[in-house]
Amino acid sequence: METSGDGDTILETHNLTKHYGGLHALEGANFALTRGEHVAIMGDNGAGKSTFVRQITGVEQRTKGDIIFNGEPVQFAGPIAAREAGIETVFQTLALADDLDVPDNLFLGREMTKADWLGPFRLLDYKGMRDATLAGLQKTAVKIPNIRNTIRNMSGGQRQCVAIARTATFASKLTIMDEPTAALGVQETEQVENIIRGLKEQGESLILVSHNMRQVMELVDRIVVFRRGKIVANLRKDETDGQDVVAYITGAKTGAEYQDAA
Amino acid sequence: MAEDSQGTGGQVYDSSRRQWPNEFNVFAALILIILIFEGLGALIYGQSFLFDSKDRFDSIFNEARLKIIILQVSIIGIIALGVTQVILTGGIDLSSGSVVGATAMITMSFAQVSEVNGLPNPKAVFGPAFMDLPVVVPVIVGLLCGLLAGSINGLLVAFAKIPPFIATLGMMVSARGVAKWWTSGRPVSFPTDEYALIGGGMMPVFIFVALAVLFYLVMKYTVYGKHTYAIGSNEDAARMSGINVARHKMMVYAIAGMLAGVSAIVLTSKNLTAQSGMGIIYELDAIAMAVIGGVSLSGGRGSIVGTVIGALIFGVIISGFTFLRLDAFYQEMVKGGIIVGAVILDQWRQQRAAMKA
Repeated sequence: METSGDGDTILETHNLTKHYGGLHALEGANFALTRGEHVAIMGDNGAGKSTFVRQITGVEQRTKGDIIFNGEPVQFAGPIAAREAGIETVFQTLALADDLDVPDNLFLGREMTKADWLGPFRLLDYKGMRDATLAGLQKTAVKIPNIRNTIRNMSGGQRQCVAIARTATFASKLTIMDEPTAALGVQETEQVENIIRGLKEQGESLILVSHNMRQVMELVDRIVVFRRGKIVANLRKDETDGQDVVAYITGAKTGAEYQDAA
Repeated sequence: MAEDSQGTGGQVYDSSRRQWPNEFNVFAALILIILIFEGLGALIYGQSFLFDSKDRFDSIFNEARLKIIILQVSIIGIIALGVTQVILTGGIDLSSGSVVGATAMITMSFAQVSEVNGLPNPKAVFGPAFMDLPVVVPVIVGLLCGLLAGSINGLLVAFAKIPPFIATLGMMVSARGVAKWWTSGRPVSFPTDEYALIGGGMMPVFIFVALAVLFYLVMKYTVYGKHTYAIGSNEDAARMSGINVARHKMMVYAIAGMLAGVSAIVLTSKNLTAQSGMGIIYELDAIAMAVIGGVSLSGGRGSIVGTVIGALIFGVIISGFTFLRLDAFYQEMVKGGIIVGAVILDQWRQQRAAMKA
């Protein structure tokens, strides 16, 4: 499985930079993620978190720098290419089709098919997709009353769960979640957090963008703090606490190794 | 059934807990409308609408009227199958009536006989070299005409990003122009005997039913169908999921155009003539059938089954008015009301669904 000398690293970025015209949204980000590790990205609004994620997932093209995914340098043409390589993203705005049911949404754009010689009219393998969906939901411990119901009739939490269940169904190498619980109620947030714990147990690598300090402290191994387009801290969860992290986010402190950058 | 509930740690596939299909409601509406006409018929004229009221033992239904209803809706119903697909993507096709007109004129020109009662065909469009052709020639010409018109619609909508309403409105005007230009407005008549068989007797019904079954299967069981629903449901999600939205829309409009072509072939064959005014307001009738059948104008919701039932409702209402001896003017007035009513019902359903979610 390991493809590079440092096979334990699933994702690495070197000097990742993104300029929007004169605006330096992301400046020289050096980041590494070990296989199976859960890392949170924190920072104020406009600190560069989402910009960082958009470069990795191919939604935008970087200005300069390298991304090494699964041991190989990559340059994704778009989110679909990133997904095919094994990076599954749960976006803030859910990419779900309201009038389709759960298996249809999980397999949207990559349906299991039969009779492929029929081209665009090839047949859907409903049973295969249903079974894979049930397996994926079981893996993530997602509870949905009936997978044949359309997304339209589901709560915000259930929709988020469907989006997350894609990850488990397709055995991705890296999952990125951009504020997955920002729009959810207490119980629904708890449900999503349980799924994230489940992913940890199964050794899925995860980048979690979140503003929720309690959530981050409970769920991840490591916290990377962004401020004004730069990484200013890389903290092991065991060696820090909420106040410490807030100090880095607000700029009261800057990590020793990042003094130059800040 | 063993497959009914496959439980795995809390989530199930349980067919008994599936959502109530909208088609049932549409079907209930069909039954209700028939009952209303039965009631009115019994009250006013003492006659039954659909049942045989002459006390003969050999039939329960009034077969003549049933035949008229089904035959009446078949030709526009073929168009409605294509329009349904277009509406499911969140678009609209206003051009189908005019495409029927243009295709009718062009197709009929390739289906003419050279001699009528021993004299040269008085309505001849081409010279003898293009007369008495085998039936496949006009059929292929008709399909290609429809396909071409539909493809132009598709190009405008999918690649030039022109709103479907405007793109197909342009085609509606232009195709009618083609229909009139083709023979400077003169009708084209006297087809070969083989061509006349296509729309003879109950053939339009068989063709409609065969196409309805085909597209029911296509929409339900193929990737094409799934992507059509996905695009109408959330176009951005479809694009982000890797569906080639432009190419797919192109295909949907092309198929809709081709079905308008099929309709033109059947119509000219049934009438044994083509006129430049053929198919006027067919597009609205076809849209009405789809909307009455529960196809949502905002896309993503509806089905071929719904449209077929919608077509029957449409036919029953028209036939019902004739049965009640109402003038054609009233029929048109009420038809407009039904279309608007169906759209209001659709929006009301959407609001209710949005409130529940």
